[in-house]
Amino acid sequence: MHDVNTKVASGQNPFATTRHTAKRNEFIFAQVLRGATYFILLCAFVVFGDIFIKGAPIVFQADFPYINTDFFTKSPETLVVFETVDGEEHQLGFTDFTEYKAANPQVEIVKEHTHSYSAGGILGPLVGTALLTLICIVVALFIGLAAAIYLNEYSGKGKFMDAVRLAILNLAGVPSIVFGLFGLGLFCLFFPVIVPEENLRTKLAFELFGSGEFLAFQGWGTSMLAGGLTLAVMILPVIITACEESLKAIPQGFREASLALGATKWQSIRTAVLPYAFPGMLTASILGITRVAGETAPIMFTAALAHKDKLPWQEIGGHGTNVVFEFFSQSVQALPYHIYTVAARIPQSEYTKPMQYGSVFVFMVLVMILAALSVYLRIHYRSKLKW
Amino acid sequence: MSETQMDKTLPASEQTSGSEAAPRGDVVIEIDDVSFAYDGKKEVIRNVSMDVRRNEVTAFIGPSGCGKTTLLRCLNRMNDLIPTAAITNGEIRILDTNIYDPAVDVIELRKHVGMVFQKYNPFPKSIYENVAYGLRIQGIRNKAVLDQAVEESLIAAGLWEEVKDRLDASGLGLSGGQQQRLCIARTIAVQPKIILMDEPCSALDPISTTKIEDLITQLKAHFTIVIVTHNMQQATRVSDKTAFFYLGELIEMDETTRIFTNPSKRQTEDYISGRFG
Repeated sequence: MHDVNTKVASGQNPFATTRHTAKRNEFIFAQVLRGATYFILLCAFVVFGDIFIKGAPIVFQADFPYINTDFFTKSPETLVVFETVDGEEHQLGFTDFTEYKAANPQVEIVKEHTHSYSAGGILGPLVGTALLTLICIVVALFIGLAAAIYLNEYSGKGKFMDAVRLAILNLAGVPSIVFGLFGLGLFCLFFPVIVPEENLRTKLAFELFGSGEFLAFQGWGTSMLAGGLTLAVMILPVIITACEESLKAIPQGFREASLALGATKWQSIRTAVLPYAFPGMLTASILGITRVAGETAPIMFTAALAHKDKLPWQEIGGHGTNVVFEFFSQSVQALPYHIYTVAARIPQSEYTKPMQYGSVFVFMVLVMILAALSVYLRIHYRSKLKW
Repeated sequence: MSETQMDKTLPASEQTSGSEAAPRGDVVIEIDDVSFAYDGKKEVIRNVSMDVRRNEVTAFIGPSGCGKTTLLRCLNRMNDLIPTAAITNGEIRILDTNIYDPAVDVIELRKHVGMVFQKYNPFPKSIYENVAYGLRIQGIRNKAVLDQAVEESLIAAGLWEEVKDRLDASGLGLSGGQQQRLCIARTIAVQPKIILMDEPCSALDPISTTKIEDLITQLKAHFTIVIVTHNMQQATRVSDKTAFFYLGELIEMDETTRIFTNPSKRQTEDYISGRFG
């Protein structure tokens, strides 16, 4: 080690490095960190790229109206692939195939083979997922918001509240398949319904005022209601945590100012806290929606069907007050379950690919739109509500 | 709250009188041998007794941690927000009523004992809605009543001329000093008898501070004001009486001029002459 002054005197650079190993390590670590970060980008690129390249041609088309409308206005049906004697190959949905045969009885069909769920569109699954998500978010927001307000504004500290928080934390870690089984057991097989005597399937039933109707603990069966509630229970910890964080972000000064002006606690929460916590809750709920919309395990026992001919509103008759319950008691198709079906439960071939990639593509675009919406809303409200 | 309870909090003569008509100088707040602890054990205020008189400005001074803000927040029971905090001894009487009596509705109390905070905290609402807030939560919807209250309060807070053309603009768009005056207007709007101010100028620049101090001097005609301040010059400028606190005890309380020229206690003299604190 030379003295700086001697280096200067001898014309050397006095600040030249003496720590070569440390510099090399610095470089290596920076590159490792950079590599890990870029790896994420690579994964996203490959996944999105593959789906966009193979999925977009199914959903979009070259000529007007540029969107494959059948894909959004029909429900999945069996694809029939056949050749006529002149060697020409046809691919038709089962309905069209039946019509084709009726219209052209003279045509001789050879090499006919079918592929389940690979024709038509995804209207049924889209509608089902929308309804399931709607039920889920209404229930989860109501309970989650109430719980978050209680936890953040009312509850004190203590062993019991610690236990509650631990329960919420643990609920968030339960695998979704367990929620599915829980929903099956509780909502589909146990929750009470009012039925006439001839429909009784359980001994655990009580007659209502001698009317011949029974309150029977025999469950709601596979239904939108059961699926939506199962999803709601699953997403509750996320909603509670998000709502509580939004409430925590509101300055204590708002509450104090409001109370000091003679507001009751609830008035101060309602007028000086909730309006400003609302944007945060909104974005969190939208992200919650994208998550529940994509869940398969919780709905596969409780709500979803692989195939259903009719849309929910096409099947119920006018049964007066029971119409709403009847509507939500139906099982539905759902997009994630549909993807699972076409991707894993039917024999794979080149003819099943369009439906697979098309469904996944639409699903991903939907999720991206919702995510973008939540980002937009956050920016929008943050610029409006600043303190 | 029932009428009888209302009467208990606020004697009938007080409800109706315009404050100007009331005689200056009678006692409105009696603090009688009060001790206070945040955790039920360690007292941060010990055996404080004092009287606060009508239409006077009373300043609480003292080094950080001496209990002056805590005592101020006892006067409108803001300390109730902390679950374990409580008065451990003595009582506080406002308008001859023990405010910690179970029959006292803390909501009614706070309508009559307003508070202005250290960090100005207008709601992210319009200027108009900020001032009308206290009346709206009392259920007043009449537009004419609200309009009048908003205008009068803003005039009283010396903010009307600056904001009358943009009442619908956000309160957060104002400067710091204006925001604090907006908070004062918001407090005035519910027509309290007493206004508590917790270091209202500590976040403001000198010019805004001067405006607030002038305002306090004017407001004295209508309200009884208790102000906590770190700034001893401010106490001399705005207050009639000054109370000096040290380590949770009231060392001395007297006419402000006496406290700052001829204090009777050695600790007071050391503090005001800058020897500690």
